[in-house]
Amino acid sequence: MLPLSGERIDAKGILSEKLDSIDTVRGSSRLKRGFAHMQKNGVVMDVTNVEQALIAQEAGAVSVMVLDKLPSEVRKAGGVARTASIKIIEEIMDSVTIPVMAKCRIGHVSEALVLQETDVDMIDESEVLTPADELRHIWKWDLTTPVVNGARSLAEALRRIEEGASMIRTKGEPGTGNVAEAITHIKKVNDELRTIKSIYDSGDNQDLVRISREFKVSYDIVEQTAKLGRLPVVNFAAGGIATPADAAYLMSLGCDGIFVGSGIFSADDAQQRANAIVLATTFWNESDKVKEAQKMIDERQSIHGLDVKTLDLRMQDRGGSA
Amino acid sequence: MSLTFGVLSVQGDVLENILSVEAAINALGIDGTVTAVRTSDEISKVDGLVIPGGESTTIGQLSKFNGSLKTLKEKIEQGMPVLGICAGMVLLSNNANDKVVGKIDQPLLNILDIKLERNSFGRQRESFESDISLDSIGIPKFNGVFIRAPSISDVGSDVEVLSKFNEKIIAVKKNNVIGVAFHPELTSDISLHKYFVNLTNTLKN
Repeated sequence: MLPLSGERIDAKGILSEKLDSIDTVRGSSRLKRGFAHMQKNGVVMDVTNVEQALIAQEAGAVSVMVLDKLPSEVRKAGGVARTASIKIIEEIMDSVTIPVMAKCRIGHVSEALVLQETDVDMIDESEVLTPADELRHIWKWDLTTPVVNGARSLAEALRRIEEGASMIRTKGEPGTGNVAEAITHIKKVNDELRTIKSIYDSGDNQDLVRISREFKVSYDIVEQTAKLGRLPVVNFAAGGIATPADAAYLMSLGCDGIFVGSGIFSADDAQQRANAIVLATTFWNESDKVKEAQKMIDERQSIHGLDVKTLDLRMQDRGGSA
Repeated sequence: MSLTFGVLSVQGDVLENILSVEAAINALGIDGTVTAVRTSDEISKVDGLVIPGGESTTIGQLSKFNGSLKTLKEKIEQGMPVLGICAGMVLLSNNANDKVVGKIDQPLLNILDIKLERNSFGRQRESFESDISLDSIGIPKFNGVFIRAPSISDVGSDVEVLSKFNEKIIAVKKNNVIGVAFHPELTSDISLHKYFVNLTNTLKN
């Protein structure tokens, strides 16, 4: 088990109670981060209804993420994007055996509490939805249900972990079918991890404290992460993944798993593509199997995709400075 | 004789189990190594195997896809010690029902004759830690980490019950096969992994 760096043992989300006279604890960092550990090497698929959720489960997804609209549709529709209909989330929870996640708006504490009450397995405080608070994220230590957050850099990741995130994913650029930003983000995080590790190894605490101030996080979380040489929570890739090869490449960059948003159910070969992306994620280091997976999809049916440079809306910037 | 341990590396918390087995090997002073295994070829070379936690539907389907499910079953039936954790225990079972969804059609190894219920304690918010005991294998106190855990309501005559939590069976053993509903690899306590390494050592030598 990775050390539970930054853990707050007095968090409100931790509940000590008796279950038929036996002492139990719920919502501890071990349980919340542990849930994310069980997702490793897996694919979490965005879905908008029961039918898609069943296809995802059948394809071998480790979880489904329920949205009102796929990120590409959110982009087209404009307006305000909010958490999904609770009725649809519940219908999906009653239909699949794999975990069900759902998104809430950045900083929207009550949407998160509603999702917790709905009993979703993980909450994504997501830049795909319209932020409710650009300056403050949710204080996730108050929740018993684990939360995943997006990050474009190590600083952003560590800020989210200090707020209580149990899992991190790259932000990428959602709904574009363009994997370039996710690649940029994971490479940046990896590069920054190497830097702080080498500073730690050289014993230069003076420089580590400089970094903690630059990152706007505590010295302790920087030191613990530097010592570890990786994020202290599970780190997935997300944002723009559309093909099996996209997934395999991100796994090869050290991601613990994959979130696919619009890439599957915006494509015309969703079922095949869902299967293929799972295979490529599992067998990312066996190039013959990645080729087989890639062969299962038809490029003419991929999501059309958008050039990130010409976008009016950059979802990744949402909540990024906070 | 040197022992080779494997952790089934399809999906789930593989690394955590490699670290726990490694720590157990070192603590016992046994000559052995541990690696991640996935193909039939790799599985056929190990003396003992951990099937880690994860999503049982995913692990089962992918193991079936790459042909390793059959090899796994043969090796276990031939006596290879195996520790199935959470999803791993589900895979070892001969039937799986979900608490909410009911009967599930998923690839299983059909090794343990048990009546198993998936997500038996509820969803993630209901996941919990609690002290449990596995007295019959010399572990009186263990921090049980239950994450969307399964439980067993009944076992066949050849399956031994190792532990219960409030009448729900949470650990079982049948000769070379151990199944647990909780996650020892998410704690720093290596006593269950030590028991498994020792069992492999005894059966092999």
